[in-house]
Amino acid sequence: MYETLSHFAQTWGLALFVAMFAVALVYALWPTNKSKFREAAYLPLEDKEPGDE
Amino acid sequence: MSTITKPRSSIAGSIAGVATFVGIACLGSLLIAANAVDPMMEAHAWIFFFLTAFALVAIGIWAGGLTGRNPFDESFYEDTIVKFGVAAAMFWGIAGFLVGVIIALQLTWPNIFYFPDLGWTNFGRLRPLHTSAVIFAFGGNVLIATSFYVVQRTSRTRIAGGLWPWFVFWGYNLFIVIAGTGYLMGVTQSKEYAEPEWYADLWLTIVWVAYLLVFLGTLWKRKEPHIYVANWFYLSFIVTIAMLHIVNNLSMPVNLSGSKSYQLFSGVQDALTQWWYGHNAVGFFLTTGFLAIMYYFIPKRAQRPVYSYRLSIVHFWSLIFIYIWAGPHHLHYTALPQWAQTLGMTFSIMLWMPSWGGMINGVMTLSGAWDKLRTDPVVRMMVVSLAFYGMSTFEGPLMSVRAVNALSHYTEWGIAHVHSGSLGWVGFISFGALYCLTQWLWKRPALYSKSLVEWHFWLATIGIVFYIVALYFAGIIEGLMWRAYNEYGFLEYSFIETVDAKHINYMIRAVGGGLYLTGALIMAYNLVRTALGHGEAADVAITEPNRTPALQPAE
Repeated sequence: MYETLSHFAQTWGLALFVAMFAVALVYALWPTNKSKFREAAYLPLEDKEPGDE
Repeated sequence: MSTITKPRSSIAGSIAGVATFVGIACLGSLLIAANAVDPMMEAHAWIFFFLTAFALVAIGIWAGGLTGRNPFDESFYEDTIVKFGVAAAMFWGIAGFLVGVIIALQLTWPNIFYFPDLGWTNFGRLRPLHTSAVIFAFGGNVLIATSFYVVQRTSRTRIAGGLWPWFVFWGYNLFIVIAGTGYLMGVTQSKEYAEPEWYADLWLTIVWVAYLLVFLGTLWKRKEPHIYVANWFYLSFIVTIAMLHIVNNLSMPVNLSGSKSYQLFSGVQDALTQWWYGHNAVGFFLTTGFLAIMYYFIPKRAQRPVYSYRLSIVHFWSLIFIYIWAGPHHLHYTALPQWAQTLGMTFSIMLWMPSWGGMINGVMTLSGAWDKLRTDPVVRMMVVSLAFYGMSTFEGPLMSVRAVNALSHYTEWGIAHVHSGSLGWVGFISFGALYCLTQWLWKRPALYSKSLVEWHFWLATIGIVFYIVALYFAGIIEGLMWRAYNEYGFLEYSFIETVDAKHINYMIRAVGGGLYLTGALIMAYNLVRTALGHGEAADVAITEPNRTPALQPAE
C-alpha cells in the first residue's frame, strides 16, 4: 500500500501537478487573454448593483 | 437593473431547510444532554440546546413577520450579514487580544494571576483560548464577512442560498462558543490549533460545507463572466480548510454522549498529519484568505487597479501548489524521516517566491496613488500589513532551514515570528478591511475620526515592534543558552536560568501587547461612532443612494 502510493505520488502524481501548473501559467501568459485581464484588474473599482451590465 | 423575483417555494425552501436542520441539532443536543457521561459534555449539550432553540424561535418570529415580502430580493446585495460579521470580528478580536495580554502577564509574573482553585484561569487553559479567539474567532469572522461582501460585488449578484449564509455565520460563531468554553473547562484533544473535541469538529464540518456551497452557489449564478482573483483565493481557503479539518480530526469518540475521543493516527503519522494541518492553517487560513482581502480592499480603497493581474494568477497557483508541502519543517530532528524533513524545508524556501510576488503585486497597486500612504491611514495600515507579510514570509523560509531551526525551534523566536505575521499581516489587513467595510456598509462619507485611525495605527505599530524585538532577543538568548556546554561537556545553564534571562523581554512583550490591544479598543470606538454617523461620518451625502468614488476621504 505504502509502496504503491508513494510510487504513484513520485511519478504520475508529480507529472499531473506539473502539467496542471503549466496549464495555469500558459493561461496567465496567453497573449489574447491580456485584454481580459486588464479589465479584470479594474473589477474591484466598479460600483454596481446586482445584475448590472 | 433587472428585477428577478424568486418563486415563493424556493424562499420558503431555504428557511424550512435551515429550521429543520437547526431543529435536528436542537433535539440531538437535548438527547445528549440527558445522557451525558461527563460534566463538560453536559454543559456543552445544554449550551447547544439553548442556543439552537433560541435560533428556532428567532427564525419562526422573523419568518412569521415577513407577510409576503421577499427577504432574499435578488435586486439587492445581502449586506446585513456582513455588518454582523464586522461586529462579531471586532468583539472576538478584542476578547482574543485581551486574553493574549493576560497570558503575557501570567508568563511574566506567574504568581499574580495564579488561582489554584480556579482551573480555568490557568495558562494552559487560556493559551488555546487566545490562539483560537484571534485566529478562528477574529480572523474567521473577518474572512466570512469579507468573502460574503467581495463575492457579491465581484459577481454582481446577491449571495446564494437564502437563509443558509445566516446558518453559516451563526453556526460558525456557535462553534467558537463551544470551542472557547471547552478550553476553559479543559476539553481538548491536544492538537495545536485543532483543540476542540469531536462533536465541535463535526458541527464545524457541517457549517463549513454549507459555507462552501453558499460560496460556490454565488459564483455559479454570477453576472460577471470572469471570476475575480480574490474569489479564487477565498475558494482555496474554504476548500483546503475543509480538507485539513476533516483529515486532522479523524477520531473515535469513547462515548457518543461523552466529550473524550481518540485520534485515528498515532506517533509520527499523527505528528505529520498535525503539522500538515497546522502549517496549512497558516497557509490557507491566515494567508490565502487574507490575500483575497488584499486583492479586493487595497485596489478599492486606493482607487487603483491591481498592479498586474497576470502576476495575481501566477501568484495564486504557485502559492497553493507549494504551500501544502511545507508542514514537515515543524518536525526537524524528530522521528519523521529525514527526506520528509528536507522536502518540507525545500518547499518552504520555494514559498519565498510566490509570497514576495504577491506582496509586490499588492504594494505596487498603489502606483499612481502613493500620496494615499500619507493622507489615508487606512491605506497605510494595509500597506504596512504587506510589509509585515514580506518580513514574515522571508523569515519563515529562513527558520525552516534545518540548521537555523536547531537554534530557533521551541524558543521565543517562533513566537516572535508568528506575531510578526499575525499582528502585522493578518491584524493590519483585517483592521483595514473593517474600517473600509464599516464606512461603506453604513454608507458614511468618511470614518468618525481619521486622527483616531492614526492613533490606532501608531499604537499598534509600536506595539508590534516592542513585541517582536523583545522576543527575537529572548529567543536567540535562550536558544544559545540551551546549547552552551562547559569545559566538562555538561550543559552550561539550568533551564530556570534560561527562563530568568528573558524576564525583562517578557515585560516588554506584555507592554507591546497592551499597546496593540489599546489600538484595537480605539478602533472599536471609532467604528461604532462611524456606524452611528457621528463626527466626520455625518454628512448629507448619506441620503444619496449611489455610492461614488467621492466617498473616499478627501486628499
